[in-house]
Amino acid sequence: MKHSSLVKAAGVGALALTLAACSGGGTPAPEGTESAAPQGGGELIVWMDENRASALEGVVATFEEETGTTVEVIIKDFNTIRDDLTTQAPSGDGPDVVVGAHDWIGKLVQNGVIQQVELGDLASDFEEVAVSAMTYDGSVYGVPVSIENIALVRNTALAPEAPATWDDLVATGQAAVASGQAEHPLLVGIDPNNADPYHLYPLQASFGGPVFGINEDGSYNPDDLQLGNEGNVQFAQALAQWGAEGIINLNISQDIAKEQFASGTSPYTITGPWNLADFQEAGIEYAIDPIPSAGGQPATPFVGVQGFFISQYANNPIVASQFLTEYIAGEEAQTAIFESGQRAPALTAAFEAAQSNEDVAGFGAVGAAGVPMPNIPEMDALWTDWGTTEAQIIGGQAADPAAAWTAMAKKIQGTLGG
Amino acid sequence: MKVLALKLVLLALVDAVAVFAMSVMLLQDDYVLAGVVLVVTLLVNWVYLSPGLLPAKYLTPGLIFLAVFQVFVIVYTLYIAFTNYGDGHNSTKDDAISAIVGQNTQRVEGSPVYQVQVVESLAGLGLLATSPEGDVLVGTAEQPLEEVAEGDVTMDGPRATAVAGWTSLGMQDILQRQQEIAALQVPLSDDLADGFLRTTNASQAFVFESTFVYDEAADTMTDSASGIVYRDLGNGQFESGDGQVLGTGWQIVVGFENFLYPFENPRYGGALVSVLLWTFAFAIISVGLSFFLGLFLAIALNDPRMKSKFAYRVLSILPYAFPSFLGALVWLGLMNTEFGFINNVLLGGADIPWLTDPWLAKVSTIIVNVWLGFPYMFLICLGALQSIPEELTEAASVDGATGWQVFSGIKLPLLFVSTAPLLISSFAFNFNNFNIIYMLTRGGPRMAGVEENVGHTDLLITLVYKTAFEGVGRDYGLASALSILIFIIVATVSTIAFRRTKALEELN
Repeated sequence: MKHSSLVKAAGVGALALTLAACSGGGTPAPEGTESAAPQGGGELIVWMDENRASALEGVVATFEEETGTTVEVIIKDFNTIRDDLTTQAPSGDGPDVVVGAHDWIGKLVQNGVIQQVELGDLASDFEEVAVSAMTYDGSVYGVPVSIENIALVRNTALAPEAPATWDDLVATGQAAVASGQAEHPLLVGIDPNNADPYHLYPLQASFGGPVFGINEDGSYNPDDLQLGNEGNVQFAQALAQWGAEGIINLNISQDIAKEQFASGTSPYTITGPWNLADFQEAGIEYAIDPIPSAGGQPATPFVGVQGFFISQYANNPIVASQFLTEYIAGEEAQTAIFESGQRAPALTAAFEAAQSNEDVAGFGAVGAAGVPMPNIPEMDALWTDWGTTEAQIIGGQAADPAAAWTAMAKKIQGTLGG
Repeated sequence: MKVLALKLVLLALVDAVAVFAMSVMLLQDDYVLAGVVLVVTLLVNWVYLSPGLLPAKYLTPGLIFLAVFQVFVIVYTLYIAFTNYGDGHNSTKDDAISAIVGQNTQRVEGSPVYQVQVVESLAGLGLLATSPEGDVLVGTAEQPLEEVAEGDVTMDGPRATAVAGWTSLGMQDILQRQQEIAALQVPLSDDLADGFLRTTNASQAFVFESTFVYDEAADTMTDSASGIVYRDLGNGQFESGDGQVLGTGWQIVVGFENFLYPFENPRYGGALVSVLLWTFAFAIISVGLSFFLGLFLAIALNDPRMKSKFAYRVLSILPYAFPSFLGALVWLGLMNTEFGFINNVLLGGADIPWLTDPWLAKVSTIIVNVWLGFPYMFLICLGALQSIPEELTEAASVDGATGWQVFSGIKLPLLFVSTAPLLISSFAFNFNNFNIIYMLTRGGPRMAGVEENVGHTDLLITLVYKTAFEGVGRDYGLASALSILIFIIVATVSTIAFRRTKALEELN
């Protein structure tokens, strides 16, 4: 029973080749077979989060049918897309198209992983704020699909009237607490160590300047940090006062704020459309109002825009561009995404159709006055210091809020300058 | 015979996968990887087909996995530690150049939209463009657009679809050559400053102009709008004479720069030292406390006089059955200053800042970690205790030893022999216990006076994570260098500890 190694090797080789050939059997049938679908055969790899992927199933199917392209949708966690694209795209095996947030654009461009999208005449079909959010350094880098921002959500049982002023809001809130109807005058979900500059920004904006200076064309100027300007320092002082009075409370995390408002313990909360479903489920009667100005100027929130980008390393740039400008920019896709996530659509036609929904109209009205969150890469230098300083001021650890704020702005300026 | 057939089939399967993988790699021009797969496959075949080589037959699969999942990862991390890989230094120089040129290519404002058809001739790919006024032009990358005679053109509505002397590309061909078409730039005229036509969807084209020009011979990037020249000074980026840097750079090897960073930035270095000390303290205290708590419970629940042992044992093991993520999140809620169960109910409305005071936050993370860790220690101590023969205790009692003497002189040393290696691995685990810190405090509260985002409860591993994935700019190079530091520390501590364990064994 001695087998020579050579014979065995030959046997293994023959078997292996057969198996390898079988594994290759999945390649598409030869072209030229008559079918109803148009000639195509292109492929498109798209990274989407689960929500949008299921919302777009119909649109993707239409796209496949009309163009003969095969779309491979890869479901990813929304927050991981930015880093994964940055690290994987240069290998050439990455996606053609990804979904993302507009404030990623600066970093993605800096890393050279996304390319411009020429909207052409389509640009005027979108809400202005959506296109300006997608614009970086004078070029548009994505097709916007939804717009989101925060606003004041009011429990109409506890506060029947929209507050006219900030003092009005505080007075109503405190009265509700004093009468025992409520436990908190206002709920803003923040982190005990890092506060939340995003949720607090409308209040900050009402005192003064933006975080960066704004160029003539509406873009942010990274060389002009405005975080330490006079208005923002006044905000720091107000923040200390609110912290001491318990209007802004470090111990109320996002989850606690949502849960407390849903259980009816506060007349007001500052939040986005993503929490409305929980409020409805809890049976809270609510209304959406603009945030009253605390410092005299309009309390404008940051507007966030989500959209689709094309990878700089896309293997199928033409199909990707077709998919974005002809399908994602279409009303069907925009409405489908809106219906799955309750964020207002970016396409004006779909946006207006969605206005019949009171919630969307309410948030939309507040967002219309808002400014896009800066999408310049320098913005990343702000969040952490900005947040920890806010937390220290609210918690009372910063004896002199104005000094703490100015020191923070100076430090960020140093990081940016160096 | 059956065994031989099975072996051949399995080997064939492995080869089939390898052949398939190699064909995919070759299609993607990945020759190096394909070569590696080929060598490994040949090696595997040789090992299993040749008679003898018995040890190799057992070890080969393990060695391959070791190489893929350990050696490769370590070597790659080591390589990254010597580069400037991170935000703005993401890929190769060629990629950076095309990205910079692409970023600075903009549509000429107010320029018309051309309807186009992609065409081809011996001169290469070209665009057949119809202007909004109805003029039909054709051109290639080298040959600027020029008007064609009306008689030569086939029109389809407002769009020219074919022209004599050129082949129109069908959808199929367009899809095959997408990258080529997307990169095609057809100049409007001989003067490059007039701009060029480019199409992104093969049916419409816009007039673009590029403000940045790369000069290959001089290796410079010129901003034609301002005339500033940017040079590659060996820092992985283009820099102008007055120190302005273009945002998109590329990866280069920077030598020991990342390792020297903490020394060149004393404040970061100082923070790093305090993080290092805390990491040691956290790992040692966590292991120590959970070991003694586990040991105490094991002794108590191993005592024959103890009643309903089973119920107690189940209760003690419960935290071990919890996923640590979840455990940490629950504790995060419990420790909230105002709404948490601990302050609110247990302490009757106290206002203790469990997670926001620098020292209390440290205590809190240790408490939570001990809660998560003691059941494991309890289990191994219980097992070890039960394996110590009763005769030893009996013999000692006969000789007149007290209970404490029996425990400290006989049981504990024996216990250490079997548990010491586990304590060392537990130390290594806690040294890198990312989950609990990240879930509870995210490293906070933040240290005052340090530029970088370093917190009082940051372990080295969470600091690495913050450096690599959060904050101003992702810096994979520095993060890798810190990872290597962690590796060296853990390896050194473990080696010394294992040596001492051996000594312990010899004692007995």
